Amino acid sequence: MIRLENVHKAFASGHAALGGVDLEVARGEVFGIIGRSGAGKSTLVRLLNGLERPSTGTVSIDGTNVSSLSGEGLRTLRRRVGMIFQNFGLLSSRTVFDNVALPLRIAGADKARIAERVPELLARVGLIDHGGKYPAQLSGGQKQRVGIARALATGPDILLCDEATSALDPETTRSILTLIADLNRELGLTIVLITHEMEVVRQVCDRVAVLHAGRVVETGSVAQVFLDPKAAETRAMLDEGSDHAAPIAFDGPIIRLTLRGDAILQPVLTRIARETGTDFAILDGRIGRFKDASFGQLTLGLTGGDTAAALAALRQHGEVSE
Amino acid sequence: MSDWFANVDWSEIAQASLDTLTMLGGSLLLTILLGLPLGVLLFLTSPGQVWQNRAVSGVLALAVNLLRSVPFIILLIVMIPLTVLLVGTSLGVAGAIPPLVVGAAPFFARLVESALREVDRNTIEAVQAMGATTRDLVFRALLPEALPGIIAAATVTAIALVSFTAMAGAVGAGGLGDLAIRFGYQRFQTDVMLVTVVLLLVLVQFLQMAGDRLVRHFTRR
Ligand SMILES: Nc1ncnc2c1ncn2[C@@H]1O[C@H](COP(=O)(O)OP(=O)(O)OP(=O)(O)O)[C@@H](O)[C@H]1O
Ligand SMILES: [Mg+2]
Repeated sequence: MIRLENVHKAFASGHAALGGVDLEVARGEVFGIIGRSGAGKSTLVRLLNGLERPSTGTVSIDGTNVSSLSGEGLRTLRRRVGMIFQNFGLLSSRTVFDNVALPLRIAGADKARIAERVPELLARVGLIDHGGKYPAQLSGGQKQRVGIARALATGPDILLCDEATSALDPETTRSILTLIADLNRELGLTIVLITHEMEVVRQVCDRVAVLHAGRVVETGSVAQVFLDPKAAETRAMLDEGSDHAAPIAFDGPIIRLTLRGDAILQPVLTRIARETGTDFAILDGRIGRFKDASFGQLTLGLTGGDTAAALAALRQHGEVSE
Repeated sequence: MSDWFANVDWSEIAQASLDTLTMLGGSLLLTILLGLPLGVLLFLTSPGQVWQNRAVSGVLALAVNLLRSVPFIILLIVMIPLTVLLVGTSLGVAGAIPPLVVGAAPFFARLVESALREVDRNTIEAVQAMGATTRDLVFRALLPEALPGIIAAATVTAIALVSFTAMAGAVGAGGLGDLAIRFGYQRFQTDVMLVTVVLLLVLVQFLQMAGDRLVRHFTRR
């Protein structure tokens, strides 16, 4: 549905923010774009609704070349593509109701339509009683909910989120991400979500692209990228804030075991230990959930017994890498 | 009481006050009508904005800076032919208004431009991302968001205009400034000077208070 082909973007300053990006986002998926500050994430997402034009290459949505649009054509496209921002971008001089009504007014909706649609939207984001407040009277999470209601006003089929949760605390982040996931499911919205936090990707995205210095260094399903990262930049980002990268001194074979889905519920290790006489030292590990699957990943040290048999048994339950 | 203000002709004071208020009201209205679009244009054509255009923005900036760098008293004199062309005379209240507007509008436009710069970049982008035309952007987002700043700008401009009217008085426009100069300064009638200065102070004080109150009323941050 969204397709970028060999997209380059250099600014007037000569700075190349994007250096040849190819990307495809399917209808109805939550697509994450993760990268460090300055990687070009905002630049990339702004290409999708024509806030920015590529220097070379094409950006298309449902086969329409976005950069060939201007005037009314571009404005029509923008009504199909909602966008939310890190700093919300609400009008401080307008009430919550009027903020949400603004895209409708711009689209030429009449009073009756606005009076019907805005309460619907406010109810959807859980702010039905806050229509008369000004943004300054709301918490960050509530402001982002207004941003979401506003982005949905014209009934878009694509939602762009540029660091939509970066200004929020972890709990509020979770509730906003839940809302975004619900919208994806209920309305079939295609969502492009920009973030610098792996956690955000893990919670809501189906697929993810890792952007580094203006290039996509890795793309894949979240489980794939998260559990078996190929690019050094991805690994570095995953290891941030943890000591996963620290070398482990262990006298014996070290393996990494990855379990997915129901496999994490099975008492695998103790049974194999009993059967093969091999003992396991758990050197590192993480267990968690993706959008719709559980996973566990352990770094194990093997000692004693029949290690070859133990490895073979482990392979029946999950992926093993040395 | 009447001894202290022996030289003060109160009906003359009343007429002069009325002239000052007329000059101020007329020139402030026209200054806003001219300066507001000019300020919006300065903003929109500046780098990074929707109509960014180096040539237009450069020419506008030059014109604005030129008018702002000419001392008002000089402007009053060099504008006489144009003033006569526009309003038929260079004297009296009517004759004062064109130079007042030409002097104040560029100043006001700059203040409007900087008030617009205060509007959150994200907000402008969000409104563009909704599919807004530039007209929507200006009238539905930029002006409402910058309204407190624009009112503050109008207040500063109004107060500057009060002192401009006093100067205009010196070259035949009438008003309180004219009285202060003719009687207070040239004939040493200190009492007349005192009364006019107090009245001007009251006017300035009133403008500032009214402006502040409006700014507060429209501020939602
Ligand atoms: N309008 C612009 N003019 C010149 N350079 C720009 C412009 N916008 C962005 N850049 C540069 O392009 C690069 C990518 O910027 P971008 O905002 O896309 O990064 P980002 O990944 O969104 O970073 P962050 O996480 O900090 O938001 C940066 O080096 C930035 O300085
Ligand atoms: Mg960014």
